[in-house]
Amino acid sequence: MKSDKILLDHGSGGKLAHQLTTEVLMPMFNNPFLAQLHDGAVFEVDNGRLAFSTDTFVVDPIFFPGGNIGDLAVNGTVNDLAMCGAVPRYLSMGLILEEGLTFADLKRVLESVRTALDRAGVLLVTGDTKVVPRGAADRLFINTSGIGVVPEGVTIGATGAQIGDAVILSGNMADHGIAVLTQREGLRFESGVTSDTAPLNGLVQAILAVCPQVHVLRDPTRGGVGTALNEIALQSGVGVVLEEAKLPVSPAVAGICDLLGFDPIYLANEGKLLCFVPAGQAEAVLAAMREHEFGRQACIIGRTVSDHAGRVVMQTAIGGQRIVDMLAGEQLPRIC
Amino acid sequence: MKDQLSQFGEAFRDPQLARSMVTQLKTSARTPMRIMEVCGTHTMAIFRHGIRALLPPTVTLLSGPGCPVCVTDQNDIDGFIALAQREEVIVATFGDLMRVPGTYTSLQCEKAEGADVRVVYSPMDAVQLAQEHPDRTVVFLGVGFETTTPTIAAAILTAQQLKLSNFCVYSAHKTVPQALAALMKHPQVRIDGFLLPGHVSVIIGMEAYRPFFEAHATPCAAAGFEPLDILQGLLMLARQIEAGRPALENAYPRAVTEAGNPKARAIMNQVFVACDARWRGLGEIAGSGLAIRPEFSQFDAARRFKIAVVDMPPPKGCACGEILTGIKTPPECPMFRKRCTPMDPVGPCMVSSEGTCAAYYRYSS
Ligand code: SF4
Repeated sequence: MKSDKILLDHGSGGKLAHQLTTEVLMPMFNNPFLAQLHDGAVFEVDNGRLAFSTDTFVVDPIFFPGGNIGDLAVNGTVNDLAMCGAVPRYLSMGLILEEGLTFADLKRVLESVRTALDRAGVLLVTGDTKVVPRGAADRLFINTSGIGVVPEGVTIGATGAQIGDAVILSGNMADHGIAVLTQREGLRFESGVTSDTAPLNGLVQAILAVCPQVHVLRDPTRGGVGTALNEIALQSGVGVVLEEAKLPVSPAVAGICDLLGFDPIYLANEGKLLCFVPAGQAEAVLAAMREHEFGRQACIIGRTVSDHAGRVVMQTAIGGQRIVDMLAGEQLPRIC
Repeated sequence: MKDQLSQFGEAFRDPQLARSMVTQLKTSARTPMRIMEVCGTHTMAIFRHGIRALLPPTVTLLSGPGCPVCVTDQNDIDGFIALAQREEVIVATFGDLMRVPGTYTSLQCEKAEGADVRVVYSPMDAVQLAQEHPDRTVVFLGVGFETTTPTIAAAILTAQQLKLSNFCVYSAHKTVPQALAALMKHPQVRIDGFLLPGHVSVIIGMEAYRPFFEAHATPCAAAGFEPLDILQGLLMLARQIEAGRPALENAYPRAVTEAGNPKARAIMNQVFVACDARWRGLGEIAGSGLAIRPEFSQFDAARRFKIAVVDMPPPKGCACGEILTGIKTPPECPMFRKRCTPMDPVGPCMVSSEGTCAAYYRYSS
C-alpha cells in the first residue's frame, strides 16, 4: 500500500528514495543541470567574481500567513547573495524530512520553492534529501546554498559605511516576525499581518542601476533592523542616528507589539533591505526603490555620523534620545 | 481594533505637546527631587522614549519594585524549577520567567534538559493545555501584580467549571500598595514622590492607594504608559513636591477611576486572599501577597505538591535588592555588563523585559 506520509525508507537510498526523487522532486524542479542526476552540477558563469552563500531554515510553524518554509528558504539565500551585490544564479537544496511528514505538506512546500525560484530567476541545480526518525527533526528542515555573480565595479560589504551616508529601509519593519509569532502555539490569532518574504535581487539591481557605489546592503532578518544596524555600525566604525518618527511600521504590527511588549525594531523581516548610500544619491535611490514592487514604502530612516562610532542612537518621536543596542536573546512576551 | 490602538498611541506621542510639557517641567521642578516610577513597564517606556534625556537635572528618576519577575523571591524561582523537574508536570509560564536564574539552574536550562516547560500567552492557554493532556498535571506559574491576577482567577474558575483535576496555579502574586508602604519604612530609601503604575491602577482604582497615602503623605500620581502620560504624571508630581502639598492624583483619567474595575476585583477576591509574601530585595511584607483561598485548594500547586522551600541566599554580589528599592542604579552594581548580561544574567533584573538592569543595558551606554 502506498503511504501518504514520508517513511524512514524514503531516505534509505533504495526504491522509495528513488521514487521520491524521480516522482516528487524531479518533476517539480526539472532543468538540464538537475536532470543529469549527477553528484554535482557543472555550469558556466559570467565574467566577474562569484558570491557564495548558505543558510538553513528551521522555522516553526512551517506554514504561516504569507508564505512557508519553502519560499523562505529560496528567498533567504537569494537575498544573502543579493546583499553582496551579486546576481543570484544557481541554488542547491538539502531537505531533511521527518518521518511522518505528509506528501501533501511536502508538495505544498515544494510548490512554493518552485514559485520562489521562478520569481527570483534562479535555477535549482543540485540537491539532497534525508529522512530522519520521528522526533529527530521538526517536520521539515531546508538548507539552501547559492552562487551568484558580482558584476564588475560593484563592491559591497558590511565595512563599507561612510560618515554622511543616508540609511534607507525598503519598507515596513517586523511583518515577518509578527506573521510567524501570531501562528505559534499558544498565541494563534488572526492579525491580518502576512510575511513579507520576497526575493530582493531585482530591487538590488534597481538600486545599483542608479547608484553603483552603494556602500552597504543588508537584509535585516533575525534580530531585525536594530541588530543589523548595530552590526554595520560596529564593522564600519561609524555611528548611526535613527529617527523614530521615520521608522516605517504598519499600524497592525505596531498595535500587536504594544500589546505584547515587543520592539518592532528587533523583529525579523524576510523581504526588506537596508542600504547605506552617499547622502547626495539618497533621493535618486529612494525614487528607484519606490518604483519597484518590493520597495514601495522605502524611506530614509537615519544617517551615519562620526560621533559614537559603533553605536546606534535613536532620536525618539517625542524628542528624547536613547541607545538602540543589539538584541540579546529572543524577545519574550511580557507579563503585564 | 489594532489600527485604533496604534492611533491611540500616536496621539500621546505628539512631539510639540511633549516639548511644551518638558518646558513646564523645567519651570516646576526647581529643587532637586527623587521620583520613583514604581512599575517596570514605566521604566521600560521611559527608556524607550528617551524621556530621561529630556528631564531637567533636578529630577532624578528611580526605578521601583514594580517588575513582577524581579521581585519574585529566589525560593519561589527554585520552587518553579523543582516543579518543572517532576515527570508528571507540564509547567506553563509567561515567557519572562524562562531565563530567570534560580539558585542552580533556570527553567530554560531545565527545558533543554528535557523538562516540559511551555510558554503561554494567557492563563487560559494553560487551562487548554490541561484539557489536551489529561494524563499530565499542568502547573501555571502565577507571577504578577493586580493587573494579571484577575485573569488567573478567571482561569481557576474556568478549570473548576470544567471539573479539571489536572490544573493548578503556583501563586506568587503580589500587590502594589503594600510595597509602597514598605519602601517608605525602609531606612535607606529616600523618595519624594511616586509615579503609580497605570495598569494596576485600572484594576484597583485610586481608592486602593488612599490608606497608604493617608499614612505617609507622599506625593503620588497614577500615569499611563505613553510618553505624554508619563510626562503629565511627572509634572503633577513636580508641582506637588515643589509646593510641599502632597496629593493623590490621577494623570490617567481616561483609564483609571476612583473605584477601579469592580468586576475584576470581585473575581480576584473570590479566588485569592491576602497573605504575607516575600519580595526579593524587600524581604517579607505583611499582607502583600495573594494566596489561593482554601475553597480552591485543589488548584493550589503549593498545597498539591507540598513544595519544600529551602532558604537559599540570592546570588552573591547581585545588587538586585538595592536596585529594586532605588538605592542603587544598575551601573553601580560591579557585575553590570561584565559578569551579568541579558544572555547570562546573574539576577532577574537583567533578564525580565521590565527589569531595571535590562533597561539600562539595552537603552543606555
Ligand atoms: S546587574 Fe545583574 S547582578 Fe547586578 S543587580 Fe542587576 S541583575 Fe543583579
